[in-house]
Amino acid sequence: MATDFIVHDKADTVGVVVVEDVQPNKELTGWIMETDETVRLIALDAVPLGHKIAINDIKTGDTVLKYGHDVGRAVAPVGKGRHVHVHNLKTKRW
Amino acid sequence: MGRHDFHAYRRENGRVGIRNHVVILPLDDLSNAACEAVANNIKGTMALPHAYGRLQFGEDLELFFRTLIGIGSNPNVAACVVIGIEPGWTGRIVDGIAKTGKPVEGFAIEGHGDISTIASASRKARELVQWASEQQREPCSIEQLFISTKCGESDTTSGLASCPTVGNLIDKLDPLGVTTCFGETSELTGAEIVCASRAASPEVRERFLRVFNDYQAVIERHKTDDLSESQPTKGNISGGLTTIEEKAFGNLQKIGRKAKFIDVLKPAEAPAKGPGLYYMDTSSAAAECVTLQAAAGFVVHLFPTGQGNVIGNPIEPVIKLTANPKTARTMSEHIDLDVSGILRREMTLDQAGDRLIETVIRTCNGRLTCAEALGHREFVLTKLYQSA
Repeated sequence: MATDFIVHDKADTVGVVVVEDVQPNKELTGWIMETDETVRLIALDAVPLGHKIAINDIKTGDTVLKYGHDVGRAVAPVGKGRHVHVHNLKTKRW
Repeated sequence: MGRHDFHAYRRENGRVGIRNHVVILPLDDLSNAACEAVANNIKGTMALPHAYGRLQFGEDLELFFRTLIGIGSNPNVAACVVIGIEPGWTGRIVDGIAKTGKPVEGFAIEGHGDISTIASASRKARELVQWASEQQREPCSIEQLFISTKCGESDTTSGLASCPTVGNLIDKLDPLGVTTCFGETSELTGAEIVCASRAASPEVRERFLRVFNDYQAVIERHKTDDLSESQPTKGNISGGLTTIEEKAFGNLQKIGRKAKFIDVLKPAEAPAKGPGLYYMDTSSAAAECVTLQAAAGFVVHLFPTGQGNVIGNPIEPVIKLTANPKTARTMSEHIDLDVSGILRREMTLDQAGDRLIETVIRTCNGRLTCAEALGHREFVLTKLYQSA
């Protein structure tokens, strides 16, 4: 099965899309690198190659986890399967 | 010869160079024209024009001298001609480079003019390039290699695969006694505690955190917004990176999982504590960082890119790798190693690390990198503050 998105760490709340054709309602196959598990997810947005997709529901103010670490806070609610980027995730620094 | 051995140039001070450049080095902006004229007259030499060298002072001036002397002293440089507007500072550069034992001679323009200076310097450059052309490569072993790394125009594929590939190389080569270096102080923001945990001693950890906090203070003093579009860059954002914290964790993958860094270097400072991994306080701008690492004596550079940074360096070959399949396809002339197979699960990280070691060895044996073939010679001095 081809891998559509990759998750660094089991604890992460986002994965990275690694194919060029993710469209809404597409069923995606994900690979969690840390545990070598396969997971499935329905995309709700078009997500470009290299962009992040939420693998859990994320609430406004939640810390977003990638590499098992804090990579910023959600500034809008993000549903599972939605595109995560500058419109809903901001740095906690600077 | 062992599996990782290669053929390279052994310099007068025992260091090993993988290129054999004869450099025509300007002391200052005013001397660029004369240096370029000499390099045009004498084939096989290379001028390194730059924008600075006048009225600098204090720590900024020290960094300037350390950088120029370091570039001339790099083992990839066989010999050097220095041209400056006046003889004092020109002599300071010449004396610094001469400590390596390599041939170096200085020329000053004042009292002679460009044309006469170019004539004298060209005669010397002719002699040096013919001498250098007879230097022979000799068998060298991997522990004599100095490797630097810095990534650029990163995206999420950098943190997933191309940076971890460099990390895998460091995991494998650190135990063999190779000297390696990473930097990019501002680009560790958010991952600084994880980075600090990789220091080899509490003293190195403290020095790293002090340098990190000093750089944060510079950013806080000058910033007018949250640096979005500067750090991460516009290119990073197009590639899917959203925050500096996310970029920092991707960046840090380059030091692998095992090696501890044994010292904190000032910008352009040469390592002095023997083999191992070093952290250098640098800007995260690609050409500035690679120039500082070249000035510290690193002879080959590993540069993971996501969106396709095209950087090279005049004296330190820059090996580029990407895991972004689109970049590998659309910018293939810039990519020395494509590790996008990791994302398709067609290649393991271990295999990618081995491929990168093989690419390094081929480059050390003389194979030109993509950036060398394309003529990328970005030489950018780091300036700490205004001139006097």
